Amino acid sequence: MNNVFVYIETEGTQVAEVSQELLTKGRKLADQLGVELHAVVAGTGIKGKVEDQILPYGVDKLFAFDGEGLFPYTSAPHTDILVNLFKEEQPQICLMGATVIGRDLGPRVSSSLTSGLTADCTQLEIGDFDDVKTKKHYDNLLYQIRPAFGGNIVATIVNPDHRPQMATVRSGVMQKAIYEGKAKNEVVYPEVSKYVSPEAYVVKVLDHHVEAAKHNLKGSPIVVAGGYGMGSKEGFDMLFELAKVLHGEVGASRAAVDAGFCDNDRQIGQTGVTVHPKVYIACGISGQIQHIAGMQDSKIIISVNSDPDAPINKIADYVINGTVEEVVPKLIKYYKQNSK
Amino acid sequence: MTKPLKIVVLAKQVPDTRNVGKDAMTPEGTVNRAALPAIFNPEDLNALEQALRLKEQIQGSTVGVLTMGPPRAGEIIRQGLFRGADTGWLLTDRLFAGADTLATSYALATAIKKIGDVDIVIGGRQAIDGDTAQVGPQVAQKLGLNQVTYAEEILKIENNIATIRRHIDGGVETVEVPLPCVITVNGSAAPCRPCNAKLVMKYKYAMCPLERQPEDPRADLYASRDYLNLNQWSVADVDGDPNQCGLSGSPTKVKAVQNIVFQAKESKTLTASDADVEGLIKELLDEKIIG
Repeated sequence: MNNVFVYIETEGTQVAEVSQELLTKGRKLADQLGVELHAVVAGTGIKGKVEDQILPYGVDKLFAFDGEGLFPYTSAPHTDILVNLFKEEQPQICLMGATVIGRDLGPRVSSSLTSGLTADCTQLEIGDFDDVKTKKHYDNLLYQIRPAFGGNIVATIVNPDHRPQMATVRSGVMQKAIYEGKAKNEVVYPEVSKYVSPEAYVVKVLDHHVEAAKHNLKGSPIVVAGGYGMGSKEGFDMLFELAKVLHGEVGASRAAVDAGFCDNDRQIGQTGVTVHPKVYIACGISGQIQHIAGMQDSKIIISVNSDPDAPINKIADYVINGTVEEVVPKLIKYYKQNSK
Repeated sequence: MTKPLKIVVLAKQVPDTRNVGKDAMTPEGTVNRAALPAIFNPEDLNALEQALRLKEQIQGSTVGVLTMGPPRAGEIIRQGLFRGADTGWLLTDRLFAGADTLATSYALATAIKKIGDVDIVIGGRQAIDGDTAQVGPQVAQKLGLNQVTYAEEILKIENNIATIRRHIDGGVETVEVPLPCVITVNGSAAPCRPCNAKLVMKYKYAMCPLERQPEDPRADLYASRDYLNLNQWSVADVDGDPNQCGLSGSPTKVKAVQNIVFQAKESKTLTASDADVEGLIKELLDEKIIG
């Protein structure tokens, strides 16, 4: 009762990184609340294959549902599992990845349980809440903090009266870490048919095709990102060259992706990837808030922009006033000349 | 022979948050809604296109646009009619105001029940003012229907089963779902067709009652051409429970809203000269920031 739950997403027997990131966050929240961290995973042929990818992140109890028809994911069976498990376990918090699966499953579960859900949170904290209308005071609610209105404002959302308090978080927003403390590490394998009705398997997956990620933007220590100011798809070629010599990856702002200069899986920002590199080189990026939200934790930010008043310059460590066409080739040239 | 489909498109009028200019925030730090044009939510247009294609493929099918919002959201229905929709419904009532996704989906589901015998409910994956992607699945749950989210194309409908290609993380998937069902469409799906000039002529004066002026010079027109009178429903019209609508039907509460202020850094400003760029590279190399 009253514990913190994390829904674990899998591709076959591979646990999604975002789920591990949420376990680390969930462990902190559970410690703060003095409750246990529980995890729930559902798939086909997962027994004995996923536990080691889940338990080290501080899980006290793992509910592993292993059965035919649970992979590839479809909405109804996974919804039945969570809804019926939550009716028994009465968790106070449930976290899931803001992935295609999490954003399909979360709302369905929240609607079934009439509990509130907040999408794409960027911070999760515990705090008190006073309802000004009802004059009621609540202790230890989950603050679900998320950008709203295209990233122009940040809203703190609470679910005072409904449980579980549900939130989704994008991949890369939280950081995973093996838990140093002692967790109970109990694993149970519930009977799937007790939770899922036979009619739930009605949606058939005819074909399921996932390719390994083409790049490691999220984990790259050096990111070269381009904005609308790059002007064209060809303009991005020099960013790929700069990224190659620096052993980094190329990212893009939403404006550049929308304009077709770069693939959308490289989009950095509130609606794309969140990155925390050592060096972030922003080329022709003006710095809309929704973009900055995805890269502000970079250690060193270098902005190359012909507009000295570009908003991104305010958070940059180095500002180079100049056109990308002039500056980027020089960065490549002088790096090649000076590095060994 | 596939039986004709009754399709409802969920569409929302949203502030255009993608093109936020410098005047989008007031000096007090609140959102200046007036500075943001109201548009048809982009992914809802992708959904409308899928619906119109089905209408063309399966004879006798109908497409209706369901939207919730203030009276001016009647524009969304007109935009649908201009592109080939047959009808529309505006859910408008002060009791709907302040709804979170759950209260919104309750209102929409109640209206869909009122419309009745719907084969496909289809909408955009998410709206650009909230980016939550929650309303589609929640409507599906409230109607007890199967859902397919992130759809890119409805490949075929045969024997009351839809075959749909959908986007998933890092790939694609093809699924079969029996009708009736709820589908949400991803922005990577086919773009919507433009307005049809003949339909614009036909429907340009189509309005919901609340949009019309009291001294309407075209009152005769509305009396003689019923298709110009758009459907407008209140909570009572859809037999809704006021407690499940709007603010009172919303489990989530907004505790605080803050303007985003980024911590400005002390930055070094350089020119594009060779000396400055080389100096920077050397500095980064010396400090082992880049290798």
